[in-house]
Amino acid sequence: MPSSGSDLPALEMRGIVKRFGATEALAGVDFSLAVGEVHALLGENGAGKSTLMKILSGALRPDAGEMRLSGKPYHPADPRVGRRGGVGMIYQELTLASHLTVEENISLGREPQLNGFLRRKDIRLKMRETLDFLHHPEISLDARVADLGMGARQIVEIARAIMDRSRILVMDEPTSSLTREDMDRLFQVIRKLRGEGVGIVYISHFLEEVKEVADRFTVLRDGRNSGGGMIADASLDEIIQLMVGRKMDALFPRTARTPGDVVLSVEELKGGEMTRPISFDVRRGEILGLAGLVGSGRTETLRTIFGLDAAGEGTVRFAGKAAPSGKPWVRITAGAGLLSEDRQGEGLALSCSLTDNMTLSRLRPYARFGFLDGPRRRRAAADWIDRLNIKARAPEQAVAGLSGGNQQKVALARLLHQEAEVLLLDEPTRGIDVGSKSQIYEWMNRLAAEGKGLLFVSSYFPELLGVCDRIAVFHRGTLLVVRPAAEWTEERLMAAATTGKAS
Amino acid sequence: MDRRAPDGGGYNRKGILTMKRAGRLQPVLNLLAPFLGLILVILIFSLMPEVQSRFLRGANLKAVATQSVIVALGALGMTVVIISGGIDLSAASNIALTSVIVAAGVNAGVPPVLALLAGLVLGGLIGLANGLLITRLKLVPFIITLGMMGIARGMAKWFAHNQKIDAPLTWLNELMAKTPRPSWLLLAPGVWLMIILAVAMAVLLRRTVFGRHVFAIGSNEATARLCGVRTDRTKILIYVLAGLFCGLSGVMEFSRLTVGDPTVAVGLELDIIAAVVIGGGSLSGGEGSILGSMIGVFIMSLLRNGCTMMGWPNYIQEIIIGVIIVAAVALDRLRHRHAA
Repeated sequence: MPSSGSDLPALEMRGIVKRFGATEALAGVDFSLAVGEVHALLGENGAGKSTLMKILSGALRPDAGEMRLSGKPYHPADPRVGRRGGVGMIYQELTLASHLTVEENISLGREPQLNGFLRRKDIRLKMRETLDFLHHPEISLDARVADLGMGARQIVEIARAIMDRSRILVMDEPTSSLTREDMDRLFQVIRKLRGEGVGIVYISHFLEEVKEVADRFTVLRDGRNSGGGMIADASLDEIIQLMVGRKMDALFPRTARTPGDVVLSVEELKGGEMTRPISFDVRRGEILGLAGLVGSGRTETLRTIFGLDAAGEGTVRFAGKAAPSGKPWVRITAGAGLLSEDRQGEGLALSCSLTDNMTLSRLRPYARFGFLDGPRRRRAAADWIDRLNIKARAPEQAVAGLSGGNQQKVALARLLHQEAEVLLLDEPTRGIDVGSKSQIYEWMNRLAAEGKGLLFVSSYFPELLGVCDRIAVFHRGTLLVVRPAAEWTEERLMAAATTGKAS
Repeated sequence: MDRRAPDGGGYNRKGILTMKRAGRLQPVLNLLAPFLGLILVILIFSLMPEVQSRFLRGANLKAVATQSVIVALGALGMTVVIISGGIDLSAASNIALTSVIVAAGVNAGVPPVLALLAGLVLGGLIGLANGLLITRLKLVPFIITLGMMGIARGMAKWFAHNQKIDAPLTWLNELMAKTPRPSWLLLAPGVWLMIILAVAMAVLLRRTVFGRHVFAIGSNEATARLCGVRTDRTKILIYVLAGLFCGLSGVMEFSRLTVGDPTVAVGLELDIIAAVVIGGGSLSGGEGSILGSMIGVFIMSLLRNGCTMMGWPNYIQEIIIGVIIVAAVALDRLRHRHAA
């Protein structure tokens, strides 16, 4: 079990710089962690939190800056060195092998052995003690991880880190998939570890739980320290101000658009994982933004509307007509089109050509008795490649060879080619270059002006505020509130999304 | 992915036109490896002094073509299945079962046409069962068709009481005759049927909506669903099609043997899969072509034929074919890495 020792900080990071090509992800960040402290690391998506933690773990090497563990210089070459140095990482996506038992997972990679034979008895005893120490005596060492709930899996990860004698634990969004009850138990564990002198870096978007569990906080913005202090001295508003305080870019074109008839109407819709049914309308010529944290129900709402996830209850109407509950092909016929947040896993068939990817959702115009008019289809694709300024060698080229921004434009071209009346866009600008981003904003504006209805999910508040007419905020599986974009600010969106209370 | 953003300079200099041609050439390039393999096999045997006089003779090639029919028909269906990202391990059992049913029909005095149709329908039904089970139970095709492999083989043995079913000679047996009647046909009717169906399947895969859907499902099923492709329905159709080809292949098997044998074609599904893979089909889906698979079939038939003529024992053939499968797929990997 770890025990507190010296007065030196457990961790000290000074002037950490990390560049990826031309972009500076971290521009001289300072961060420190005292022994037996819970230190919250806060910031928007892309502020540099995960880059900083990857440097701490050894997964990335800094371009400049120094790190010390308990006063001793620390330069991890890879994550294994980091683990040996006492830095344990508990990631958002848990890294357990679900087919193996708790015992096998905890000892994975450093099985106790004597001449090649496993020696399990001693280590089992220690594991048992550790799990009991973590207030989880009910977790059996022989249970398969697949049979455990999310909360218990997290505890197994923590137990693994403790058995590694970690003096520093990094928890990245540990509560995002936990129930309230599991969360409370996790907080107990965190307090207990703190009492034992373990330093904990706590990353979370949920500010209220940060206030509940953390001692100190540091806010990053655009790869720099934007503030920090004792959590007890700071109000939520002050923290949010530190997180967002950025000027809105002039990236967002907006032509006058007048909302027309209701083109999409969602009534008492409830997807499988949603906590409560939701209702809202989208009019022609309107962009409705869906804000919220990852996992708050935005993506699920889009997928349920599109028929990719089954609707537990409720109806969806397109242009006043109730769409028979159903599969994506029914919804496509009704005029809907979805751009997936998972561009490579779902959005595009990477080994297929641009032509195939753009036209797959509407092959009918090129088909006679099931036979395709190849040249005409290719011309149509070439036309969209031109109009969206997609950098590709030829319509026959496989999509896999394009850059991220150009791939995303192919995915958008599909919806345009499909002549969708209701566009469901899930993080359409994530991970793409600024040029492609601004083109996508331009097209969204143009589509709205043409009288289409758009739903726009984004985790980046400035673009929601810049592009949308109205913004709906989701929190923990349900729709919190819908308001005109003019009534929102970044601070208010952040407050609503993180606290579940709209001010 | 993002690192491979097209560098403006490169493709301005080369010009759009030439690049476009490179795009169109892609399918041809894909077939380069199997085609070279085919030429290599022909070259080797036509240079062997022991067989060179007989190997490239019309009569011999005719025999090779006839021997290829059964595997080739199976490979036509298997190609579609493999492009869609699936596999059909029940193919050979299906062939054996239909050959038994056709033999029993002919033996019972049913008109040969009806026996043939019964064989096709049965093959199609087995494919339908595969497709329905795969889509309804949401299990991987490997498992379902592995089960069906045992079920169909067992049914064939049960139905035939574990012995061969004799049948009187009818025109069905001329489908695979070495010397066709009338003689102006040059090749056995079964060979012509194989050629016609291969062309039809190539058109189906390359030029129809169904074909695009097959490739899309194989490349990324989630994308296909997102684009409104009725993935379940398409997959069922794919397995029915594969089953129909096995049924036809079973008819040809009966035609060749003139009896219905429930123990025939054991392990043939692996030959069929090997042919598709040698021809550029990817077991992870999204890739493959009819022409490639047919080249794969002929590489294997020519090898068998050449080895037999050389008087080499069976095991040598098996070793060579094993090496070719590994080499073909390794070459394919290499080509892909270069393309990427």
